[in-house]
Amino acid sequence: MNDPVVAKRPAGSGAAGAERGVAAAPTASEAPIPPTPEAPVTTKAPHVRPGDRIFRGLATGSGVFIVVLIGAIGLFLILQAIPSLGLDNVNFLTSREWNTTDPTNLRFGILDLTLVTVVVALVALLIAMPIALGIALFLTQYAPRNLARPFAYVIDLLAAVPSIVFGLWGLFVLGPVLFPFSEWVIENLGWIPIFAKGNVNVQLGGTIFTAGIVVAVMILPIITAVSREVFERTPTMHVEGAIALGATKWEVVRTTVLPFGKAGYVSASMLGLGRALGETIAVAIILSTATSSFGWSLFDGGSTFASKIALAAPEFNDARSAGAYIAAGLVLFVLTFVVNAIARSIVAGHKEYE
Amino acid sequence: MAKRLDIKDLNLFYGKFHAVENVSLAVPPKNVTAFIGPSGCGKSTVLRSLNRMHEVAPGARVEGKVLLDGEDIYTSTVDPVEVRRTIGMVFQRPNPFPTMSIRDNVVAGLRLSGMKDKKKLDEVAERSLRGANLWNEVKDRLDKPGGGLSGGQQQRLCIARAIAVQPDVLLMDEPCSALDPISTLAIEDLITELKKEYTIVIVTHNMQQAARVSDQTAFFNLLGVGQPGQLIEVDDTEKIFSNPSQKATEDYISGRFG
Repeated sequence: MNDPVVAKRPAGSGAAGAERGVAAAPTASEAPIPPTPEAPVTTKAPHVRPGDRIFRGLATGSGVFIVVLIGAIGLFLILQAIPSLGLDNVNFLTSREWNTTDPTNLRFGILDLTLVTVVVALVALLIAMPIALGIALFLTQYAPRNLARPFAYVIDLLAAVPSIVFGLWGLFVLGPVLFPFSEWVIENLGWIPIFAKGNVNVQLGGTIFTAGIVVAVMILPIITAVSREVFERTPTMHVEGAIALGATKWEVVRTTVLPFGKAGYVSASMLGLGRALGETIAVAIILSTATSSFGWSLFDGGSTFASKIALAAPEFNDARSAGAYIAAGLVLFVLTFVVNAIARSIVAGHKEYE
Repeated sequence: MAKRLDIKDLNLFYGKFHAVENVSLAVPPKNVTAFIGPSGCGKSTVLRSLNRMHEVAPGARVEGKVLLDGEDIYTSTVDPVEVRRTIGMVFQRPNPFPTMSIRDNVVAGLRLSGMKDKKKLDEVAERSLRGANLWNEVKDRLDKPGGGLSGGQQQRLCIARAIAVQPDVLLMDEPCSALDPISTLAIEDLITELKKEYTIVIVTHNMQQAARVSDQTAFFNLLGVGQPGQLIEVDDTEKIFSNPSQKATEDYISGRFG
C-alpha cells in the first residue's frame, strides 16, 4: 500500500462516509486502484547524490581499515615470532620451560602460560557469570525503577576503574583477607588437586585464586551490562502471555526472559572471557612468580601470557628474546579470536528464537 | 467450569490518569460478551482488569469490584496469580513462547500449576488443540517451535494454551486484529464453538465481528481527550445493532462518528 496514488485517495470520512455507513468500510479498501505510471520509474538509473557517495566511501573505508589493521597486527606478530620460533631449543607448544636470557640458547614453551591464563580466566568466569546473571535479572525484573537506574550506573562505573587499581586492591586488600580461607581450604580439601598446596607462598596471596577473583570483578560490568540490555528487550507480549497464564515473577523470568536472553548472556560471558584472557596489569602485580611449574592448583602462582609479556617488556634488548614473547602474544591473539568465534557461533545458533 | 462475571462500579487508573469510570456490567456464563468502542475508550483496560492484568502496568490502580460467581477477585486475600490461572486471556498479537515447541506452548499453563505427568499433558495438549481447531494442522509437528506457524495458527495455538487450563472465563483482546480474513473466520467459528463451554469476553474494533459472534454487546465511549472512558450501554447484540437506546451508540455503529 505504498502506492502514492492510493495514499492520496480521500478516506471515507465526513458526510459521505457517514451516509455509506458500516457496510461501506470493507468495500472502500477493495475499490479498484488506478493504474500508476510505474514503467518510467523502473527504467531510470538510481539517483546518487554526492552525500551518498561520501558516506558510502567513509563507511566502506572504516570497514576496510579495521580488517587491514587486524591483519597487519597478525602479520606483525607472525613475522616477528617466526625467527625466534626457529631458534627455540624446546617444543614451543608443549614445553613448560621459559628461558630467554641467552639469545643463543632460547628455551621457551607456552604450556604453563596457556594453562595459567585459561585457569585464571575460567575461575573469573565461573565467579562472574552467576553474579552478573543475578544482577542483570535484579536490575531488569525486580529492582524498583528509581533504584535500577543508579544501580546500573554504579555497575558501569566499575568498568571505568583502571585495572592497576584492581591490581593494587587484589594485592594489598583481597590477598591478605583471603589468606585464612585459602589456608583452611588447603588444609581440609587439599586432597582435591585444584585445592592442593600450590607452588607459591599462600600467605602473600599471589595465587591464581586471588587473581581469578579480581579478574571476575573486572569482567562483571561487561557481562552485566550486555545481559541487562538483552533481558530488557524481552518482548512485552511474551511477558504478558506468561503473566496471563498465571506465572509468578520467577516463572515469567524462567519461561520468557531467560530463554529470550540466553544467547545474549552467553555471548556477554564470552566477551568477558575474552577480556579475562587478555587482562594484564592487575594479574601481573597479583600473581607471585613461581619457581616450579603449574600443578593444577588454584593456589599456584605463575604467569599468564599477558602478565609474562608485560613484566618482561622493559628488558627487551635482543630481537631474538623479544621474538619469544611476541610468539606468546600471537598465541594469546589467536586464543581470543577463537573465544570470540565460539561466542558468535553460539549466538548464531540461537537466531531462530530472536 | 464456566462462571459468571459481575463488574460493579469499576474505576481504573494509570497513575493519576482516570482511564475508566464507573463501569457496572454483568457477563453471563456460556455466553459471548463483546466490548466495542472507539480507540482509547478503555475497553481493553476493562478487559485487562478482569484477570488482574491491569495492575501489571506501573502505577495502575483499580477501584470497585469484579465478582467471579459472587466472589470478588480484588479482595486482599486473593492472589492475582491464582485469578489469572482461572481466567484465561488471548492477546491482540499472537504470542506463543518462541523457545517452546507447539506441545509445550499448549501445556505451559498446566506446567506452571505443577502438572508433570507426561501422558496427562499429552492428552491435554491434544484435547486443547482439537478444541482450538488446530490439531489436524499441527499433529505431525508438535515438537517444532510454535513461532513457525502462520499468524492465524499461532493465534489458535494461544487459544489452545488458554483453554488447556480449562479456565472459568476466557478474555480475548482484539484476537483477530493482526489476522487475515480467512484466519479471522476460523477464530470466529472457534469462538462460537467455545461458548458452549466457556464464558467469553471479547474486545473488538470490528463491529461486524461483534455482531457475528456475540450474544451481548457493551459500548464504551470517551467524552473527550483526557476524560475517563465510560460504559454507554450494554444490551443484547441484536438490540444494540438494530435499535440501541443511546444516540451515541447509534452514531458509532452506523459510522456517523468523529
